[in-house]
Amino acid sequence: MASKKLSRATKLVVLPRTAPVAHERVVLPVSERRLSFGDKWSYAPAPEAHNYIQLKPRYQLFIGGKFVAPRSGKYFDSINPATEEKLAEIAEADARDVDLAVKSARRAYKNVWSKMAGRERGKFLYRIARIIQEKSRELAVLETMDGGKTIKESRDIDLPLVAAHFFYYAGWADKLEYAFPGRAAQPLGVAGQIIPWNFPLLMAAWKLAPALACGNTCVLKPAETTSITAMHLAEIFQEAGLPDGVVNIVTGAGETGKALVDHSDVNKIAFTGSTSVGKLLTQAVAGTKKKLTLELGGKAANIIFEDAAIDQAVEGIISGIYFNQGHVCCAGSRLLVQEGVFPAVIRKLRDRIATLRIGNPLDKNTDIGAINSRMQLDKICELVDSGLKQGAELVQSNAKLPAKGYWYPPSFFTGVTASHRIAQEEIFGPVLSVMTFRTPEEAIERANNTPYGLSAGIWTDKGSKIFKIISKLRAGVVWANTYNKFDPTSPFGGYKESGFGREGGRHGLLPYVTLTAP
Amino acid sequence: MLGIPMPTSPANMHAIARAENRNGTSGPVRLSHTIDQIMVEERAAAFAKRSIKTSAKLAGLKMAISMMDLTTLEGKDTPGKVAFVCRKAMQPMDPRYEVPSCAAVCVYSNLVRPAKKFLGNSGVKVASVATAFPTGLMPLKLKLQEVRSAARDGADEIDMVIDRGQFLAGNHNRVFDEIAATKEACGAAHLKVILETGELQTYDNVRIASEIAMRAGADFIKTSTGKVTPAATMPVTLVMLEAIRDYFYETGIRIGMKPAGGIKTAKQSLAYLVMLKETLGDDWLTPDLFRFGASTLANDVLMQIAKTVDGNYQGADYFSLP
Repeated sequence: MASKKLSRATKLVVLPRTAPVAHERVVLPVSERRLSFGDKWSYAPAPEAHNYIQLKPRYQLFIGGKFVAPRSGKYFDSINPATEEKLAEIAEADARDVDLAVKSARRAYKNVWSKMAGRERGKFLYRIARIIQEKSRELAVLETMDGGKTIKESRDIDLPLVAAHFFYYAGWADKLEYAFPGRAAQPLGVAGQIIPWNFPLLMAAWKLAPALACGNTCVLKPAETTSITAMHLAEIFQEAGLPDGVVNIVTGAGETGKALVDHSDVNKIAFTGSTSVGKLLTQAVAGTKKKLTLELGGKAANIIFEDAAIDQAVEGIISGIYFNQGHVCCAGSRLLVQEGVFPAVIRKLRDRIATLRIGNPLDKNTDIGAINSRMQLDKICELVDSGLKQGAELVQSNAKLPAKGYWYPPSFFTGVTASHRIAQEEIFGPVLSVMTFRTPEEAIERANNTPYGLSAGIWTDKGSKIFKIISKLRAGVVWANTYNKFDPTSPFGGYKESGFGREGGRHGLLPYVTLTAP
Repeated sequence: MLGIPMPTSPANMHAIARAENRNGTSGPVRLSHTIDQIMVEERAAAFAKRSIKTSAKLAGLKMAISMMDLTTLEGKDTPGKVAFVCRKAMQPMDPRYEVPSCAAVCVYSNLVRPAKKFLGNSGVKVASVATAFPTGLMPLKLKLQEVRSAARDGADEIDMVIDRGQFLAGNHNRVFDEIAATKEACGAAHLKVILETGELQTYDNVRIASEIAMRAGADFIKTSTGKVTPAATMPVTLVMLEAIRDYFYETGIRIGMKPAGGIKTAKQSLAYLVMLKETLGDDWLTPDLFRFGASTLANDVLMQIAKTVDGNYQGADYFSLP
């Protein structure tokens, strides 16, 4: 009786697609139930202005408050990964340059920075934060040109967070005596800091701000593909009047980093990057007095339970894996979906990636920018090939890719099992591996079935389930009903092979101090 | 009152949907209709960040005009006022701007006849609010009489309101039955179902009410009467668009969407169109499936069209009042 009434009310009538009669509803057969994301109303180009950006033909090293040429006289090219055009030449620091930088940092530590009152150090950090805010648009454009990330993200995420980190740690500089009750916090000395290419300025801020707030001086080594914004940051340090040598920046590749790690007068090494390099660093530092913190790779599980708000969980999947082209150590790269909602999630995900706009990173409507380097693109392709060879099914947006530059379309694999390489290894690109589970216990087991342990996500409408699950996940950060949210007040860092030490929050002070009796 | 008890609680709706699935008429069914407030608001805000410039802006603004239900719903409405609105709807501005006419004019049911007369065979439709708009608090018999009267007078579209009191009291069956009965009373007229989301308050409620309306026979679902604050918002509209998408996948039926009230600027209208395009895709970018309910939006859109075409702004006095 019930269904009879329903059909009367809704008048479900299958009609040809032409000329629907007003009161009757057109019912499309299952095969035609597709959404089409085409060109019916296409957006015109909306490029962020960049003609005012003044790139230097050559960027020198920043040592002792001055820009100096490298001893070797060698330079390497920095290119725009979206166009493959050369942007500038970057100085290559060798061991002699690194030695100068460390000596300069040591002098500044001894003579100025460690003697300065915390509130005075704080003033410099506040000043730096304000100048970053003032120049944030210019820095965002530079970050996008140098690294390939979208202007939308560098403008709305990277730069606001960079300023926020300096503001936040500026606030700690004169309150260190309250940070660790019953203990006094002493600075370590000279910190050697090696940062990755995925968030060049933000990682510099994560490293520099707490180190400086605690009274250390720094030698920073940016990644070789993304050095330019660090050098503009050096100009900001000059403008802020930061005493010479408090921050030194040495550009170069692995050899430069190695020279910094091996330098005998460095008290602390902080590294963010790959797990393989992290392991080498651990060996290099072993047996020395250097303190070490590592923030390494990840293969985070993003767990969708069937009671989750599915449409919003799909947004979380998108921001989890496609944010910054997937060049995110905490990316939600393993999607675990409860079997009951698997078909719905996959269909929505398929629709959603069709709406992602890939192309010119300076266009304000671009969602997916360029892959950071040829090397990284090759690595992504190699892992995707392995996924195909091992029998997983690839779903890819059919967005047109620009002719020049390094690009990879947003993609996901279904039919993935825990034994696939794409389920185990960090791809560090816009490629998601989707797996299923049946029970909460299985979800926990699968989520923890990785050598990594940086982050995880959980999506459910049940608050109690959130707390139950997160207490069993071996991951440094767990996001509940959101993903990839960062805040300077919140500590960030890994378990297991994702590293150790925390950055952000009060915890982020600890790697840069020695605690003594008051 | 309608005689037959209806299996219309959300849980039972899924039972129906699953039964349809077994008959091979539908795709997979979603199990949960929960909406996460923070994430849906974040997603809705992201659409407004799209930068719509030059040719895309002009095309979008013209599309917005073609989707407009130019509305006058005042206690002091007269055939004279309706004439102003109808004339504006048929030709919103100087023909040299090549602006399409609006989709419809929206009036009270006793003004359907004059509206129909003024619009003639211009193609602009007459939408009539009915069912004791804006509260819906009147015996069903009288509400249905109003609907039949408006349809008889020539209304192409009926904008009904749901009984929010019954909905919030948990009588979802009753809400379903009233919509189904109204649909019958409409005859050939299209039915838009106003959920009055400002009174439903939660996104979960908006989702459930959308499901009820679509399953009971709505051709369009509509956010608001314009008499309650808040009226249409981006996140509420997104929740409804997603309900429409799921219903389409499940049944193969395309339901229309009408945000109404509170959309006052050209920029806002473009953000809604971006949200529509990126949620339901190209097939919904038509006045047959999307409308703006607005009284003051039109002139702001027209002003932006003139600015985009001519390169400079004109004062408000250059744009005729509806």
